[in-house]
Amino acid sequence: MEVLLVSLLNGLVYGMLLFMLASGLTLIFSMMGVLNFAHGSIYMLGAYFAYESTRWIGFWSALLIAPLLCGAIGAAIEIWGLRRVHHNGHIAELLFTFGLVFIIGRSVQMAWGMLPMPYRVPASLDFPLFTLYGLQFPAYRGFMLLISAGMLGGIWLLLKRTRVGMIIQAALTHPGMTAALGHNVPLVFTIVFAGGCFLAGLAGVIGGNYQSTEPGIADAMGPIVFVVVVFGGLGSLAGCFIASIIMGMVVTFSVVIDASIADLLRPIGIVPRSDDLLGEILTVPVARIGALLPLLMMVLILFFRPRGLLGTRDT
Amino acid sequence: MTRRSAIIWLTLLAVAIVLPWLFYDFAHHRPAGFVISMLSQMGMMIILALSYNMLLGQAGLFSLCHATFFGFGGYSTIHFLNAAGAGELPVPTELMPLLAGLSGLGLAIVFGAMATKQRATAFAMITLGIGELVATAALMFHHFFGGEGGVSTDRMIDQSLFGLSYASGIQVYYLIVGWTFVAALLMWLQTMTPLGRMANACRDNFERAQFMGYDPRIVRFLQFCLAGFFAGIGGGLYAITYEIVTFDAVAAPLSANALLMAYIGGNMVFVGPVLGAVLITLLQSGVSLMSNSWLIYVGVLFIAMVTFAPAGITGIIMAHGPVWRAGRLSRLILPYLRLVVPGIATVAGFVGMVELLSFLTIGAAAGKHLVLFGSPIDANTAAPWAIAIVLLVVGTVWLRFEARYFARVWESVAGSVEARA
Repeated sequence: MEVLLVSLLNGLVYGMLLFMLASGLTLIFSMMGVLNFAHGSIYMLGAYFAYESTRWIGFWSALLIAPLLCGAIGAAIEIWGLRRVHHNGHIAELLFTFGLVFIIGRSVQMAWGMLPMPYRVPASLDFPLFTLYGLQFPAYRGFMLLISAGMLGGIWLLLKRTRVGMIIQAALTHPGMTAALGHNVPLVFTIVFAGGCFLAGLAGVIGGNYQSTEPGIADAMGPIVFVVVVFGGLGSLAGCFIASIIMGMVVTFSVVIDASIADLLRPIGIVPRSDDLLGEILTVPVARIGALLPLLMMVLILFFRPRGLLGTRDT
Repeated sequence: MTRRSAIIWLTLLAVAIVLPWLFYDFAHHRPAGFVISMLSQMGMMIILALSYNMLLGQAGLFSLCHATFFGFGGYSTIHFLNAAGAGELPVPTELMPLLAGLSGLGLAIVFGAMATKQRATAFAMITLGIGELVATAALMFHHFFGGEGGVSTDRMIDQSLFGLSYASGIQVYYLIVGWTFVAALLMWLQTMTPLGRMANACRDNFERAQFMGYDPRIVRFLQFCLAGFFAGIGGGLYAITYEIVTFDAVAAPLSANALLMAYIGGNMVFVGPVLGAVLITLLQSGVSLMSNSWLIYVGVLFIAMVTFAPAGITGIIMAHGPVWRAGRLSRLILPYLRLVVPGIATVAGFVGMVELLSFLTIGAAAGKHLVLFGSPIDANTAAPWAIAIVLLVVGTVWLRFEARYFARVWESVAGSVEARA
């Protein structure tokens, strides 16, 4: 019971962090048709920027400075990069962001080195929020939940209740018609791209000291965010949200489950040997293959429901 | 096949056969070892890049799991070789790559059935997922993949069609030459089959192809399977050469490498990926020894290609064809010469900045000494930084200026060539 509740909370925290990344990616992707491969790299930049500004100014201003820097970088990428290659089609845009992964990854290593940075939770948030069955729940995780829930509400209000949100939604489905009505669609694209990068940067700020700040985090977060986007379905923020929470739960829960497929088979009298490949697959405990599960789920959902959970369209 | 292309193919084969003997190591009375290993690597990479281009160039599919089939072919070959060594599999070494190709094909059928339901961006995402899936599985399951240590074998299984032992590198090299030649030839012929042509049609306008009664999904699927087959052959050669296959052979960096080779070489011409594979392998074994910032140069080169020359190096060369035939190439000499100095300045400034920066954070910690352009440099003084920044800024501004001039001349030359044609 205690394991269940603690994992549930941790899964929620991780899922919300995933959602901060995936929401930006989904918005960019649904709207511009551009899958930003560098999204994980922007997340990493956010963490490093936050570390630097925490060192010089303080954590609370880093909460604003780092995402703004990431947003500015996103806008620059869109204006000077993606627009130039746009006329060569979506594949060229994909390739462009793919190249950015190398450049950002190496630049970060050049600027900060290969070792993890001592980016820590601020002292004002470094206390146990409450104690659950003897296990302490850090206040910082509560703070992460607060930030991500605030972002969720903010995005929802922006998209549903403001004029800019209406135009973004319109440009999402009918870019040609929106442009014909006199709206500056390229500007909307830039705003969305910068906004997505802003969110990734924000996720970096609060995720950098939750996980760690090192050059490997871009490669660690990148694929799982793609999994979330595919699993949730394209063009659907709600699907993205559900998928983020599910993935957060799956990843957190798989760590604590020590059972294997063989344990399920044992009651029906099948006991696999563990000295061949099939036996190994059947007897490996879930905890050991935790990293595999999200990918497996993605492949499965693509097989049975290519649109994803709540996807509105095929690509 | 026309006579002209037959001559080109045979010439290339002859070059590949003779090449190692041009680097003869007189001390040991055999061709130099590092040349053989580099050429062997090139052969595998040529197969990888060409098979990747069956997707990217021919079918317009941006795949991110190509190394999966390459690596799977490699892993399978290790197990086939082990079985053959134990006397359980009566297959000669020369045919092992074929078995590897079939393993790649089998896996490609499974994953292709899922991935090719989609195209364009969704396809890229699914293949990314598949690539990650297999790479993660390779670290977790020990019976087939051997975990982090990989699986190893002994290639001298004493079963050969030609009575060869494959004890020396040169014998393995000729095996690679043979298979690279056969695989490349088959892939080239495939571009002229109805399937190859339909792949092009589905790339250019899949709705129209569908309208004509072809199912683009089937075309994508078949193309994907064939690409997996040839990648598997490459992986088989990899296993035979190195006698060990680890996680690196299925992991994402190799898939990215396949993409870089095909794209930088040029994905619209058949020889493009070959050129890309040769170039990247050369750069990799040259530059990566000298600089640990190798990836940033590749990244910048790649982005520059995507932005300014989407048809790759072969595309740039091909664009000069009509100008050359019209006898106007001489008009381009001066603009090209004017690009040289600012171009060198920009590149030198950029390399200087990158090396200085990365030395401060990575190199100095490793206790190395910085040597730039042949002279030792102290990164803690201001002079090298100032020189690098000035070179970079002045070079970039000047290069932009000259590039505009070049574009004007190019437009007028190309325009007059077109007007005559």
